[in-house]
Amino acid sequence: MRVINLFKIAFKAIVLNKMRTLLTMLGIIIGVASVIAMLAIGEGSKESIRTTISSMGSNMITIRPGADMRGGVRGSASDMQTLKYEDYEAIKAQSTLLSYMTPVVNGSGQVINGSNNWPSTIYGVNPEYLKIKVVDLQSGSMFTEAEVKSAAKVALIGQTIVENVFPDGQDPVGQMIRFNNIPFKVIGVLEEKGENTFGQDQDDVVIAPYTTVQKRILAIDYLNQIMASAVSEDDAPDAVTEVTEIMRNQHKIGTDQEDNFSVRSMEELISTFSSTSEMLTILLVAVASISLLIGGIGIMNIMYVSVKERTKEIGLRMAVGGKGSDILLQFLIEAILISITGGLIGVILGLGSTVFIEKFLNWPTSVALYSIVISFAVCAITGIFFGWYPARKAAALDPITALRYE
Amino acid sequence: MTKAIIKIEDLKREFTMGNETVHALKGISYAINEGEFVTIMGSSGSGKSTMLNILGCLDQPSSGVYEIDGVKVKDLSKNELATIRNKKIGFIFQSYNLLAKTSAIENVELPLLYNSKVSTEERRERAIKALQMVGLGERLDHTPAQLSGGQQQRVAIARSLVNNPVILLADEATGNLDTRTSYEIMSLFQELNKQGITIAFVTHEPDIATFSSRTIVLKDGNIIKDYKNENIQSAKAELAKLPIEDH
Repeated sequence: MRVINLFKIAFKAIVLNKMRTLLTMLGIIIGVASVIAMLAIGEGSKESIRTTISSMGSNMITIRPGADMRGGVRGSASDMQTLKYEDYEAIKAQSTLLSYMTPVVNGSGQVINGSNNWPSTIYGVNPEYLKIKVVDLQSGSMFTEAEVKSAAKVALIGQTIVENVFPDGQDPVGQMIRFNNIPFKVIGVLEEKGENTFGQDQDDVVIAPYTTVQKRILAIDYLNQIMASAVSEDDAPDAVTEVTEIMRNQHKIGTDQEDNFSVRSMEELISTFSSTSEMLTILLVAVASISLLIGGIGIMNIMYVSVKERTKEIGLRMAVGGKGSDILLQFLIEAILISITGGLIGVILGLGSTVFIEKFLNWPTSVALYSIVISFAVCAITGIFFGWYPARKAAALDPITALRYE
Repeated sequence: MTKAIIKIEDLKREFTMGNETVHALKGISYAINEGEFVTIMGSSGSGKSTMLNILGCLDQPSSGVYEIDGVKVKDLSKNELATIRNKKIGFIFQSYNLLAKTSAIENVELPLLYNSKVSTEERRERAIKALQMVGLGERLDHTPAQLSGGQQQRVAIARSLVNNPVILLADEATGNLDTRTSYEIMSLFQELNKQGITIAFVTHEPDIATFSSRTIVLKDGNIIKDYKNENIQSAKAELAKLPIEDH
């Protein structure tokens, strides 16, 4: 009953001073709205980075030759011939955490079809490559193990190649192309993947059996890299350790020697990117929090002035029987009502601007429930915290002095 | 036998200002009985404001006895004092002290908001009744800005009546009003007094005292005169004698 009455009194005071209330709320509104919008942008970009990387195969592991030393001179990874097919076989036989695996050799050259030609890269792989890279076929089919064994001259091509080498719209499947003058039969077209995070065109590829590329194009017997995919994204770090162990054994590297290869998982890449965008989020939230804090100080400011301005009213309320605690509660409720109403409006405005950012600026956003809960809780606490001081000041007034105050 | 509403015995109030002690009240004793209309007079510095603060339970005496309606006020806590103010005292101020932008009825309801035993319906009912008593039954929803000074003071009087106090304490209640309106307000006080309401009226205007049944005169913290008024003037009659003003 008593609290209900005090609520009525506080509500009345707020309604009677609409302009003052609105101005007080403004700080909180902007604070909450910006916290929500900023967090939505932060979360959104984090998620979009994650999906982009996932589309490249998030549980992918690559093994490259590296850090080879010959007489104190370090060689560049692409020149190195230390990664062999035997390594591939050893990993395949011993590892437990890998689901797919392929040797990779690659070389660049010119794709030619009649009078059309296009510079591109050919990747020599096995049929599991598509599963590792998470690529689907648009038409045709993948080559088989048998075709790998026989080093068949078959190839799959990406969309960029299709556009440039088959400009008149004919179906490339079944056609012949030449790569560095070696004829290949096109047996499939890869689905469009677009650019990856680094701006690399993932559709500008020719895929052929690694045996074919090794023997007929590059004339090499080593591998450029080995690609594999871990059983799951969570297993990727363990898989990296496991593969590293196998490779060290395979290359007979002593305990005090450096690896002459490198094993990387996408997980590392993801965490690098995530931590970057996390930092961005923290920065944005810090900025937004400051505006929320300023909003809180605004409440304190207005409540403080309001207590001064209404000293006589407080004196009267005390004279007709208002206790100190009644006065304290009244002003506290006022502050909390203002900040919570401001918080609600802020949440709506924040969600609205998030939709706006998504729709019109085309930024990826993602509203996290916790951002709403946190900003709302913060503004309620702000109301209590910054309302407390002026409210206590009001409650401590001496009724006689307050009544005489002009 | 008539009941004493206010009982004061050897009441002293001292203030310390720096190293100096000011004796605002130097041992005062008197009683106000139910149904009396007492004016407390004195020039500024006589101690009448201090007296009023103590009577109104806004302040505590330094020593002596103060009893209101049988309750000893000394040693009561701040909260207990607030409850006494809420239940037993009706305040009327010189500057009305109405809440701005708030309707007459809501102003009158104010003291009852601090009494959790009164329901919303009862609060409204009692506020309407109090406003009818002061002749403002038709202006329940007017805000102070829409009312004249005299009407505002009537709202304040209604507010002081709404909690059925044992005593009305008026502090220079006519100080801001012209003669005609003052007389109107005094006539209202006389009417309320006739209905049995006890009134203590602090003023420095001698003609106001002629409308009361008893006058206590303070000087330098002592009572110098305390007399029954044998010849009570009727404020209504005085009002009739005033020349009619043309506006």
